[in-house]
Amino acid sequence: MVEAVASTNRNFDPADVWTILEEVKDPEIPVLSIVDLGIARGVNECEEGKLEIIISPTYSGCPAMYMLEEQIKETLNHHGFLDSIVTTQLSPAWTTDWMTEVGKQKLEAYGIAPPEKTTSNKSVLFGGQKKISCPKCKSDNSEQISEFGSTACKALYRCLDCLEPFDYFKCI
Amino acid sequence: MTELSKQKALVQYAAQIGDNGLIIGHRMSEWCFRAPSIEMEMALMNCALDLIGQARELYTYAATTQGEGKTEDDFAYLRDEQDFRNALLTEVPNGDWGDTIVRLFFMSAYNKLFFTALTSSKDSELAAIGAKSLKEVTYHLRFSSEWLIRLGDGTEESHTRVQNSIDSLWAYTGELFTMTDAENLLLEDGIAVDVTALKADWVTLVAQILEQATLTFPTNDWAQLGGKAKGQHTEHMGYIITDMQYMQRRYPGCEW
Repeated sequence: MVEAVASTNRNFDPADVWTILEEVKDPEIPVLSIVDLGIARGVNECEEGKLEIIISPTYSGCPAMYMLEEQIKETLNHHGFLDSIVTTQLSPAWTTDWMTEVGKQKLEAYGIAPPEKTTSNKSVLFGGQKKISCPKCKSDNSEQISEFGSTACKALYRCLDCLEPFDYFKCI
Repeated sequence: MTELSKQKALVQYAAQIGDNGLIIGHRMSEWCFRAPSIEMEMALMNCALDLIGQARELYTYAATTQGEGKTEDDFAYLRDEQDFRNALLTEVPNGDWGDTIVRLFFMSAYNKLFFTALTSSKDSELAAIGAKSLKEVTYHLRFSSEWLIRLGDGTEESHTRVQNSIDSLWAYTGELFTMTDAENLLLEDGIAVDVTALKADWVTLVAQILEQATLTFPTNDWAQLGGKAKGQHTEHMGYIITDMQYMQRRYPGCEW
């Protein structure tokens, strides 16, 4: 007999919910979950068995946010948390500091150079541009081709040793 | 004259900041498929996306504050030309690459100072939007500054043309530093930014980049006003509205 879909909401355990949220991937970078990216900021129980997930957008115009909201609700629904709500929180503003170490490793393995660790100097207008290491051959001998890449969160670089172009996840 | 309520002023204020982002973002998106190289096309589209994203947040806040059940879409698609309070600078045509870069540079230099100040607003939502937007416009300023230096300090042709862009767009920059009634009212409560106080820093920043670009800082202080205070726009605005609002006017409530 097929087990019936839970008709009531599950008991709330934040740790479970965070594990479930790892199933929700960024549609542009499918190796990263919203937990890896630091987009998922909080899990609350707003009323008995009903969850509120707090998310912060990477960029104001990020077109993936609506899709992520829907995916979060659908995934939670699938795990028996019905009628969850997703709240967007702008403050504090999302920063690449929130990306997990595991997330950065996955990003590099996927071929995108992860953001730099330090976050000072983010508001510098010119200069202070560090060498970004090529995710393919690990050479630091790279140059920026464009300040903006295929999505708002990335810049375009080229490795001067293996000559491969690559995306760099901008540090903001 | 009817008294402007603080609530109404806040709706106007949030919408007006959003109008700047939406209209310049729309203008920049007109470069899609037309930019000189694919990298520059992506760069402009990314900037446009940031600016339109900021407008969405501001319109959503305006709609919530208004409390009439409207959404961001009502603000973008169903207001008439005179209801838009964007600075005239944001609506001028794209012109050539130099015109587009100069417009983005003037606006980004302003945005950088403006959003920095908005971060200290007593209104927590505006402060949050300010902090978010600041990270984005910092990139726009860097991108447009680098291009301005490249064009100004480039060939004789690029230098002459970009100097012309600066001289012809200059008259639209003064409006950015004027205060509306809504801004004055909200300034009393520490909600609005005193934009008149930003001008000195803006001039310093612009002069610094123009010098690096070997370009001449304009001396003419005459400013064309109208968009921000009264919704009196250039002849170009009607075409933008027509283009942007056509679907929603022709098929009310349509979604895709």
